[in-house]
Parts: sequence; structure tokens; C-alpha cells
Amino acid sequence: MAETNGHSKTNGQSYVGTRQIRPDGVDKVTGRARFGADFNLAGQLIGRVLRSPHPHARIVSIDTSKAEALPGVKAVVTRDDFPDQSSEFIPAGEMMMNYKDVVRNVMAREKALYEGHAVAAVAATSVAIARRALKLIEVKYEVLPHVIDVVEAMRPGAPLLHDDLFTVGVEPKPDKPSNVAKRIEIKQGDVEAGFKKADVIVEREFKTAPVHQGYIEPHAALATVSEDGSAEVWTTTQGHFIVRAHCARLLGLDIGKVRVTATEIGGGFGGKTVVYLEPLAIALSKKAKRPVKMVMSREEVFKASGPTSGATVRVKMGATKDGKFVAGAAELKYQAGAFQGSPVQPGVMCAYAPYDIENVHVIGYDVVSNRPKVAAYRAPGAPISEYAVESVVDEIAKKLRLDPIELRMMNAAREGTKAAYGPKFGPIGLEETLNSIKKTEHWNTPLRKWQGRGVASGFWFNIGGETCASLTVNEDGTVSLVAGTPDIGGLRASLAAVAADELGVSYDKVRPIIGDTGSLGFNFLTGGSRSAFSGSMAIVEAAKQIKADLCARACKLWEAKPDQVEWKDGAVRPLGAALAEKAKPMTIADFAKVAGKTGGPIGGVGRINAQGAGPSFGTHLVDLEVDPETGRVTILRYTVAQDAGRALHPAYVEGQFQGGAVQGIGWALNEEYIYGEDGKLQNAGFLDYRMPVASDVPMIDAILVEVGNPKHPYGVRGVGETPIVPPLGAIANAMENATGIRFTELPMSPPKVLKALKEKGLTPA
Amino acid sequence: MAHVTLIGNLAQIAGGVAEYDLSATSVKQLFEQLAELHPMLARHLEDGVAVAIDGQIYQDALLQPIERDSEVFLLPQIAGG
Repeated sequence: MAETNGHSKTNGQSYVGTRQIRPDGVDKVTGRARFGADFNLAGQLIGRVLRSPHPHARIVSIDTSKAEALPGVKAVVTRDDFPDQSSEFIPAGEMMMNYKDVVRNVMAREKALYEGHAVAAVAATSVAIARRALKLIEVKYEVLPHVIDVVEAMRPGAPLLHDDLFTVGVEPKPDKPSNVAKRIEIKQGDVEAGFKKADVIVEREFKTAPVHQGYIEPHAALATVSEDGSAEVWTTTQGHFIVRAHCARLLGLDIGKVRVTATEIGGGFGGKTVVYLEPLAIALSKKAKRPVKMVMSREEVFKASGPTSGATVRVKMGATKDGKFVAGAAELKYQAGAFQGSPVQPGVMCAYAPYDIENVHVIGYDVVSNRPKVAAYRAPGAPISEYAVESVVDEIAKKLRLDPIELRMMNAAREGTKAAYGPKFGPIGLEETLNSIKKTEHWNTPLRKWQGRGVASGFWFNIGGETCASLTVNEDGTVSLVAGTPDIGGLRASLAAVAADELGVSYDKVRPIIGDTGSLGFNFLTGGSRSAFSGSMAIVEAAKQIKADLCARACKLWEAKPDQVEWKDGAVRPLGAALAEKAKPMTIADFAKVAGKTGGPIGGVGRINAQGAGPSFGTHLVDLEVDPETGRVTILRYTVAQDAGRALHPAYVEGQFQGGAVQGIGWALNEEYIYGEDGKLQNAGFLDYRMPVASDVPMIDAILVEVGNPKHPYGVRGVGETPIVPPLGAIANAMENATGIRFTELPMSPPKVLKALKEKGLTPA
Repeated sequence: MAHVTLIGNLAQIAGGVAEYDLSATSVKQLFEQLAELHPMLARHLEDGVAVAIDGQIYQDALLQPIERDSEVFLLPQIAGG
């Protein structure tokens, strides 16, 4: 059992660390759970968006008069309905985003910058009328040359997206704009001196395709604006407090006048950390004076909401003949989409994080091109850079004839290792994950021809942040738990277990819900693997308040002094024989019965800015088989080992491991945005954008490694991001072991694999 | 004195000087002292950076104490998906 920092259960029953029934499970399996598109209001209108057919065009004029005249159309909004914003950076998922860009992404102003960029929106009494109205809006475009590829976009003379974008981070400061928003670098030691010490050096260039988060539920929002200017929104989001802040800012509303409810969410993975429909629905509702509901089609999700970056990455690593890494260099070029803010910064910081290397130099470029603005996606930026490094690590192992796990073990970051991005690590579990994988039966199973096995490790920082959660003891002793971060990966079950343990009540007596923005103080969004980590800290704080209150009430009831009572094993207990004779221990249920008579309702609110997030490392092992006739790759077996610190709800943690692995499999083997010469996306649907389905993957084995985080009361680390980091490298390494070919471009889709096999003469005659 | 290292572009903004010994006893004081040394840094510190104190990363934690012999790194803010 992992270190629990003194918060293991005290009354003989511990719910933390057990597989309790999910509080939201029944409604989800019966179809009763309400997702974004399930919300409706009386008299609501249907909102639809007119989107640019061009990847790059100046918007000369927009004439909405014919649409507005169409019977049934109640409102039309364009760029004129959204006040321009000053340049001010705000957190948006993994990166800072500028409000000046946010308002332009929500609704194009001077230019349409990608196919699918919103140009106008209508609200009408039916879908048919809304669609007809969109056709009546006359937009005059001046079509401009476009650029899609990141390397092309960096070339001098490439079509410029923004006349005012000057590269930050280069000296001297450029006097001409370009598509390179930023150059960043981290450096430690002397990388050139390191390479001189190396007996073996491997250098390679890799390419990855942009991939979408692929959440099943499309973006959906319902908004209603009252005559007094207050707005209410129901939306599928990872952060309803962030939606509130963005909408208030973009529409000039007081934050207190906007109330946002997060609906059940059908996946987000980082893609629902920004706003798309919500400001439009509010603006339309304000104009129409009726509720407005908007739901994206799958095509709109692909064309107008953020995928993650595609990238070009060059990696060079050096090692001594006994396997010690002595130098690591990399150059990362990440697509940001139409506006600056790719996840290249974390990509740079994560590239070499799993290893203890004295000399590191990584440079990154944030590059705009005529694609939808990228949004966060699980461990943003890390899978790309770590895929490249993990591929090269395997090549070094081959050159040195070393076992790939042993090589990683030899160089693994440990407690006290100075991370490539600066600070020293505290207690971490990379070594333990490597050991766990090595001990599996999976690692030692023989393989046949055309089958390959690959291993790779991965890292993500994890974060805390502003969090508020409450506990209220009801009249019958049951407990209402309100959290303010949408539940994407088991938050309610995890927090209910913590609350039950802290208060000494049964798990099924705690009812957790996600409160709206009016019910709690500010919460940062669900992202960065922070919600269970931070939320459980807030619940511990709320429970502490309750326990202190109940001890104080007991003192009054028993006419005792504070040092004569204690909270132990789920009850306030008298200390000392004299008091014990006249006072019996009182549980939460006992206090609930007399709450009104002893001071009123019982409750606590945890309001914290959670610090102390512990990084999480994982190691993945995969077996696959290549069909030499078709190039199709089948995943045969997959094992994930990851450090969870302490798993509050092991089944949910394992689910995170498995989900991340499956998304990584899709990224590695099939998923990609395919653009035509015309700059238009050619596969904006699940038929042509191939994501893994259940039949594509085996049952994924999950090994919970628990190296407790000393900064968390239960030892918890975030777990949601790390599992998407290793699959790309592990699968590429398995592919080399199956075919003898080092694939340096993702996805390793059947046409690419077949072509590579043919070039090597490996296909059947 | 705490030993302070600026990572990545922050060092560049500070004229290429990456390492400092500062008497700051909190993150707030650290930011004030750095901004005084390099006024160009002030906006970036306000926009948000992460501060690693003796290996532990803190974000938006102005009141976090810094010990006299602490090892401090200023990093870009970290979030996630």
C-alpha cells in the first residue's frame, strides 16, 4: 500500500483505493445522463454558424440583410457584434492565449484564417430556416494564398497570416512579420562538449500529423439572456468557470451576471478548454431575446475546433559505449494553427525529462498556418517530442546491443535528478515502472515473424491550481458534495471516497455533484491532470472544517474543554474517563439530528490554490503484427505501467491508462488531418479520419505503480496526461522490431507501411 | 541568499543573464527584485510563470516562502489537457 501521509481511513473501512460504484454510472448506462445537446428551454431557437469556405481570405464585406428578412430568423451576428479585444494573454489549456486572438477565433474579423472559420451565426425557429438563412448571408472574400505545412509556413516568402506577428525570442528583434510567433529554448550543460564524449550518436528527423482529440460528444451550448442582461449557459466543457470568464470578457458582461452549468461531458481530452459556441449563443440570445441552442456537426468539430499540433522534430542524442547518455539536442517546429500558441513550450521541456542527461539543448518554434487553432490535447506537446526521443533511445540501444529497458533504467530520472528543464525531481516512479514492465510475463513472451515488441517511457508535469469544493451534512446524516471541475475521468467517485473516509460515513451516503458557477468560488478547469489531485485536497480541507465545528459543538453539549474531545474513527469522542461517563461518541449522523439546535447547518468549503503536484512517469510495452500484404498493423498486446502516487479509485485510474494508450495507438497508426492542394480538409468525419474502435485494440493491461506524492494528503499524483505520451514511441519501436524499418513519420498508416515495405523488398511476391 | 535560475526565454529577456543570488524570502519578493533588475521581465512575471523552489513547482503562489539557501527556477507556466 502506498504512503498515505496520515490520511488512511480510521474507522476500519477505507474507500480510498477501492473500486466503488460510480455515482454517475447508472444514469450513463441507462441514457438518463444529460450531455450538452440534451438541454432544452421553452421557446428556444436553433443557432447555426456560417463558416469560411476558404483557408485564407480577407473579408471585404458581410451582408446579412436577406437572412434577417427571412421569416423565422430572429437574430444574426457577425464580427460587428463582438467588441475587439486588447492584447492580453490568458491561460487556455496548456498555453497562454491572447484575447485579441480569441475574439478573432470565435468570429473572424479582418480575415478568415482557415477553412471552417466562423464568419456569421444565425438563430432561427427551426434548423431548416437557420440553414436557409446561412445561404442568404452574402460574404465578399478576397481570397489569399494559404500555407498549411509548418516547414512551408516558416520559409521566407510564405503567405503571411498576421501582418503584426513578429517572432519573439530572437535577437536582434525582427523588423518584418513572419509566421513564426516564438522561438524558445532550454539549455543546460555544454551539449557540444557532451557529443564529443559520445561513442555513439544518433540523429534523425521525425514528422507527426495533427490529430484531433476525437471526443464522441460534439461541442454544444444552450444560452439564455434575460432582459436585465444576465446570462445563463449550459455547455459541454472542461471548465465552466473559464467559459464564464471568457464569455463575460468577449461580450462585455459582468462575471457575476453570467451563470454557467457544465453538463455531463462526452470526452474532452483538452479540446473543451476553450470557447467556440458559447459566446455566439449568448450574443444571439441577447439579440433574439430567446434562448438559443447550438450544436456542432462532426464536420464542424474537425474543421473548426482545435486538434493538436502536427510537427517536425529533429533529435540528436549521444551516449558512451557503456550506455550513459551524455548529450541530447532537439529542434521542434510545432503548428499552432491560425493563431499563436502551440504546445511547443511543454514539448521542449518534456523532450528529455525522463532522463538524467548533463548536457541538453532544445529549441522550439511556435508557427502559425491556415489550420484551425490548436487546443490542448492530453499532455500537450509532450507525446510529439518524447516520441522522437524515445525512438532515438531505442536506436542507441540497438547500436550498443543493450536491452532497451536496461538502457532506460541506466539513464532514468530519479529523486534528486536535475530535470532537463531545470529543477530537481522529488520522489518519482520512472524506475519502478520500468521494473514493473520488465517483470511482466508479456515482456518475456516469444514473438513470431512480422511481429514486433516495443517499449517507451513518458513524462508529464501535472498541476494543481485554484479549486473550491464543498461538503454539506444533510438532516439525515447523508453528505452532499459539490465540486467545481467537470467530471471527465472519475472525479465524483474519487472525491466521494475521500469525503467518506474523512467524515467516517458510508460511500453511498455521499452524493457528489458538479456545481454551477454560482454555487462555488472560482475553479480552474479540469486539465493538467489536476481535478482529482486538487479536488481531493479541497475536500480534505472542507472535512477538516466540519470536524473542527463538530468538536466545538460537542464541547458545548458536553460542557467540555477543547482538549477533552477528539475526532477519531468517524466520531467526536470524549477524552478522559470522567467525560466518557456522561458523554457518548457522536457521529456525523448524530450531529445531523441536532444540527438546528446546536448552531445550524453543518458544512465546510475547501478553497485552495493547490500546490505540490507530483510528476507522473509511465512505461508502455506493446506487441504488434504487420500484414506485409496490406501494411495493416494489428496491436496484439499492450501493457501500461504508470506511477499514480496513490490511486483514489483504481478502476478509474486504470481507465485513464487504457484510454491514453488507445488514443496514442490512433495517433501512431492512423489518425491525421489530410489537406488538399486547395487548403481544405479532406477527411472531416469519422469514416475517413480513422480512430481506433474497440475491435482495433486488445484489452490493455494496467499496472498501478504507487510512489506516494509527499505533498498530497493521500499521496496522489495526476494520472490523465502521461498515458498518451509513451504509445507513439513504443509503437514505432515495435514497428522497427517487426520490420527492420525505422518509421519516422506518423501515422504509420497502411499505405505508408506498405510503401516502406515495398521499398525494402519486404512485400510478398 | 536564494540561488535563482531563469529558464528559457526568461533568461533572454533578462539580457542573457540566467543566474542570480537574491535575498527574496517569498515569491512576491522574488518577482519584485527581478523586475527591479530587469523591468522588461515584469510583464512576463505578471502574465504568469511557474516557480520551482527546491524541486517543488508552484504556480500563482505569491506568498510561498523561499528559504535563504533555496534553489529556485523560474519556468514557463504549466497546464495541460
